[in-house]
Amino acid sequence: MTSIRRALPVLGLACTPPAALASVAAIDNVAPGGSNMNVLWIGTRKGAFRLSSANRASWRLEGPWYLGNIVYHVVRGPTGTRLMSTSAGHLGPALRRSTDDGATWEEVASPPRFAEGEPRKRAVDHIFWLEPAPSRGVSSWYAGTSPKALFVSDDDGLSWTPVSGFNDHPKQLEWIGGDQDQTPDGGKLHSINVDPRDPSKLLFGLSGGGVFVSDDGGADWRPMNDGCRADYGHDPHCVVQHPANPDRLWMQSHYGIYRLDRDRSETWTHVGAQMPADVGDIGFPMVVHPREPDSAYVFPMDGTSVWPRTSPGGKPAVFATRDAGATWRRLDRGLPAEQAWWTVKRQAMCADGGEPLGLYLGTTSGEVWASADEGETFTCIARHLPHIYSVTAG
Amino acid sequence: MRVHIPSPLRSYTGGESEVSADGATVDEVLWDLDRQFRGLRYRMVDEQRRVRRHMRVFINGAQTFELDDAVAPTDRVEIHQALSGG
Repeated sequence: MTSIRRALPVLGLACTPPAALASVAAIDNVAPGGSNMNVLWIGTRKGAFRLSSANRASWRLEGPWYLGNIVYHVVRGPTGTRLMSTSAGHLGPALRRSTDDGATWEEVASPPRFAEGEPRKRAVDHIFWLEPAPSRGVSSWYAGTSPKALFVSDDDGLSWTPVSGFNDHPKQLEWIGGDQDQTPDGGKLHSINVDPRDPSKLLFGLSGGGVFVSDDGGADWRPMNDGCRADYGHDPHCVVQHPANPDRLWMQSHYGIYRLDRDRSETWTHVGAQMPADVGDIGFPMVVHPREPDSAYVFPMDGTSVWPRTSPGGKPAVFATRDAGATWRRLDRGLPAEQAWWTVKRQAMCADGGEPLGLYLGTTSGEVWASADEGETFTCIARHLPHIYSVTAG
Repeated sequence: MRVHIPSPLRSYTGGESEVSADGATVDEVLWDLDRQFRGLRYRMVDEQRRVRRHMRVFINGAQTFELDDAVAPTDRVEIHQALSGG
């Protein structure tokens, strides 16, 4: 790590955390980033925040970092390095990097970007998704951007290379679609999954465009969308490869909840049909239980009529399956019972891997809700934050 | 020459609103600024040499959108930037 830092310096722009803000829950006095701490990084429309707790009951809120910047994703890699993707209006994208658990951040000098003069004259608008790739290397990462493109780093985020096998694939323009096939703030490459058994096996989602897989480390790609409804085109919202059974994939798409077992077939099965009819199975996030391949969590939203993208009926709830999607159970104890018109974006729900599993939701209205009992009960641990884009644990 | 730095870019210049830079064209001035204040040019110009939206460069009060426009050592370069959106 030291030699990498010397060889590829980051920019001299450091950001240190401001004084802690008030917390909704009781504030404990354990130093953030200390041992045995549960840590959540919150990416919002106006900066990054951190919640930390020694016991998952009381949480300390700190921030903001990079106030005024959109913070898309804050992710910790296996070496302990954290990367943060930001964008400040028309100032373009930036990748921030911390090697001291978030105490200080520096701007990466060679972030994901296209080669100058490349034939299509593409420029990265924002870095949407950050994903460590430990099976490729302890310091390896992938990044998904808008416009839709894939980048890779093998030096813990200090420098990045376009993955030409996808970015310049002869069918790439057909796969990513035209202006009408992009999400409102630009099309996105997201849900990057690297097989923990074999780094040559990759997959990601395109919004819109579908799920794409590579079996040769990214040199070539093919769509994997059989079985998915696609009235106007494929649009996976979030795709997760189960860490304990990497052949099992879960997907929350524009058209519902799907599961696929690659050791049996490459056809998706619609498993959201058993969701209550008055709730439906439209949503953005998809979270799996890290120890139970049959267990997954979704956060449905209103996908009827003009797609309000709020909690159905103003009554937010997580739904969980423990039988591979055959049945789903509503989990809403502690969440508002009515008149709560927020939802949860695709990167804003996560699990912490604890025992019992902790679940976390960041809302479009700036609240963070936590459950320390696998979703049975929820408590609000932060409120009055800006619109939340992402919540990551660890 | 002296170059005016707008407030959104002053995190790169240590808070300085006026700095010195050399170059025979706008692009050379921006590269010299980037040499002194690493990363500043990428905030103004994307990887395809397009000046970012709402970023404005003035030479002696005249606006230019051309990175190849000539500048002289006695010219005053002003960079202005407006952020829009909620």
